[in-house]
Amino acid sequence: MPTAQEIKERIEAALPGSRVEVEDFTGGGDHFRATVESPAFVGKSTLEQHRMVYAIFGAEIGGPIHALSLKTKAIEGEPTAR
Amino acid sequence: MSTIELDAQERQELREQIEKAIAEHEVILFMKGTPELPACGFSARTVAILQALGKPFAAVDVLVDPRIREELSAISNWPTIPQLFVRGELIGGCDIATELFESGELARILGVEQPREAPAEQPSGLTQIENRLG
Repeated sequence: MPTAQEIKERIEAALPGSRVEVEDFTGGGDHFRATVESPAFVGKSTLEQHRMVYAIFGAEIGGPIHALSLKTKAIEGEPTAR
Repeated sequence: MSTIELDAQERQELREQIEKAIAEHEVILFMKGTPELPACGFSARTVAILQALGKPFAAVDVLVDPRIREELSAISNWPTIPQLFVRGELIGGCDIATELFESGELARILGVEQPREAPAEQPSGLTQIENRLG
């Protein structure tokens, strides 16, 4: 089971230049809420932004990560080549 | 027919049924449980939003068959439930639906008036209605 810290680190690694906050909102280790602000989101719809974050975790979503609630936002900065 | 071929055929039929349902209903929600008895807090919240907007919608309970969720995710390229489709297009899950509802955008998309009151169901924590077996 990942921790909020691990999830945060994985998002930061996949989207450098991002501001990421992750909380475990039931304390049970499988329901997380993440806020991700990234230059990589510029020009992308909210749907696409969420897809990009979910893609980091692949098949873990719905499995070990039972729920990952997202709030995403585009910010200024150097977008990453990903 | 081998078991593998049979499963592939059933999945293909299931995928076609899902695509047909998405095409045939103006608003369709793939959820855990039913609107009367949601099995998960995220699904419950999305139902509450649609009910607050007063827009009729079709609902599919993905818990009936695990393959529904698998085929749906393959079609929509979205990994979680609930999934809200309007006029054949994925709007998103509970987070996006909530954001669009609060901004008035969902009401605009659905062609209804923005309600003045908040939806009836506002779960503050999900543990009480979450079906952990789902």
